[in-house]
Amino acid sequence: MKILVAVKQVAALDEDFEIRADGKDVDPDFLVRDLNEWDDFSLEEAMKIKEASATPVEVVAVCVGPEDADEALRKCLAKGADRAIRVWDETVVGSDAIAIARLIAAVARREQPQLLFAGAQSADHAFAATGMAVAAFLDWPHAAVITQLTYTPGEEGATLRRELEGGVLHEMQIETPAVLTIQLGINTPRYASLRSIKQAAAKPIEVLTPQELGVPESAVGEAGSASRVRRMYVPEKGRAQMIEGSIEEQAARLAQLIRERTGGAA
Amino acid sequence: MSGILVIAEQRRGELRPVTLELVSAAQQLRRTPDERVAVAILADEPDRFIPEVSVAGVDEVITVPVAAKDFDPDALEAAALALIEARKPAVVLVPHSIDAFGWAAALAVKGDYGFATDVFRIAYEDGKLIATRGGYGQKVNVELEFPGKPVVVVALRASVFKPPEGRSRPAVSRFEPSRAGTRLTGKEFIEASAGEDDVDMTSAEFILAIGRGIGEQANVERFRELADAVGAVLGCSRPIADAGWLPKSRQIGQSGKTASACKLYVAMGISGAIQHLAGMKHVSTIVAVNADPGASIFSIATYGVKADIFEIADALRRQFPN
Repeated sequence: MKILVAVKQVAALDEDFEIRADGKDVDPDFLVRDLNEWDDFSLEEAMKIKEASATPVEVVAVCVGPEDADEALRKCLAKGADRAIRVWDETVVGSDAIAIARLIAAVARREQPQLLFAGAQSADHAFAATGMAVAAFLDWPHAAVITQLTYTPGEEGATLRRELEGGVLHEMQIETPAVLTIQLGINTPRYASLRSIKQAAAKPIEVLTPQELGVPESAVGEAGSASRVRRMYVPEKGRAQMIEGSIEEQAARLAQLIRERTGGAA
Repeated sequence: MSGILVIAEQRRGELRPVTLELVSAAQQLRRTPDERVAVAILADEPDRFIPEVSVAGVDEVITVPVAAKDFDPDALEAAALALIEARKPAVVLVPHSIDAFGWAAALAVKGDYGFATDVFRIAYEDGKLIATRGGYGQKVNVELEFPGKPVVVVALRASVFKPPEGRSRPAVSRFEPSRAGTRLTGKEFIEASAGEDDVDMTSAEFILAIGRGIGEQANVERFRELADAVGAVLGCSRPIADAGWLPKSRQIGQSGKTASACKLYVAMGISGAIQHLAGMKHVSTIVAVNADPGASIFSIATYGVKADIFEIADALRRQFPN
């Protein structure tokens, strides 16, 4: 039995950053990369199932991205993933969530997992689309924004709870194999030990090209995407009026605001 | 391809208010005054929602009976796909909601449609559909285009478009999709329990909310005491509730509570993830205290204080001696 965990190496912006010359993305020199926060929870959920199982469970992490995405996969290996797969070649550049999902689905066809986890969204672009798109390519049952999961390897279904607006939960049973997107807070992700981080550095990461997965060039990159970036720009700054001065002065102004807005009752 | 199709969202027999916001967006998007706006209701008893969606700007209401009583992605995708193939609209609008997270991307894949989510601006420019959304934690805006996609599914952010005022008398038609099997069963809604904590964040007029910036659990008490001293109800962002430092009932945001009655919101050490902003950005006076000048929360706050939250907390506490 196998669980495939799709992860993303996300990018955050430096305090000062510049838009690339073609105006379609941020200059990569100003990007700080890390494993997507949601994916930490997905991997942990897979590890919990693996560790509670009476029968062997293999956890495989998969990422679509260039070589620096190995860092995200090594993090997964350090936390206990058995194997890691990275999908990439130059034709993948320009892929949106849908084209990425097509590649992850191709890996799933090869690996045949019982469960496929993805983050409910990514911290950088927050499309909240990849997981459900993977499910559509596979025609597997799917559910998004899961905050509770009960699954015993060998069974043909799982019980889950979706987290809705306002904190209402929606419980249901789902047939497996299934694609589930995992929400923050479903568990408490572990930290990797120094020893396991060292060990992970020596583990191999299998690198596959779209072609090796049987995905033609016309189905990846901009050609295989459902959208294309026309322009990226920095929006006009918001309206916050900054309260300046010493800490005491700032606090005094804040206190004044509180008294005004609460009718001086406080 | 012509016309705009709005897919209504309902839950537990109630229309989700965001549906009417989508109608406004559809109305503004029409390329010619006679381009039609249709609202499709995909539900087990769709007819009951007809009066509620008959608002200004709606030309047609399409009732689409689906077998599933509540949210079922298989049924929704199959019904929406059949309807879109029959009607060939240029644009399909859905809300960027938790339910849509569960099926809209799959619909786009199955129909090979253009697709974008969390869109807050949509317009035609030189005949091309352009959708604008945020990127890199809302620090940039991204304009998306959809080359070679005659049908585009767009998930719109809530609370951006104002619901239309006034009623209409739209034509009503019925579309019967073929019944899809379901692979999700035994559905049941579970209300979030407040547990020991009986606070009602939705009725609080003054909220002091804390986020990741407080660093560790031991610091919660300091801010609880401050909230008491200034007369505020203590709230929090998601990471604080997930860590169990405060009960879930205190969480403000998309999956937490909405600060509905709040008039003054002081956010301390909250960077301003879009999910948090969804629960409080409507508040008339928002004060953000954060050491990071790049924090997203400053872009929606009325007042900003760039400072160490602990120093501000201590100094503010001194302003309210008991």
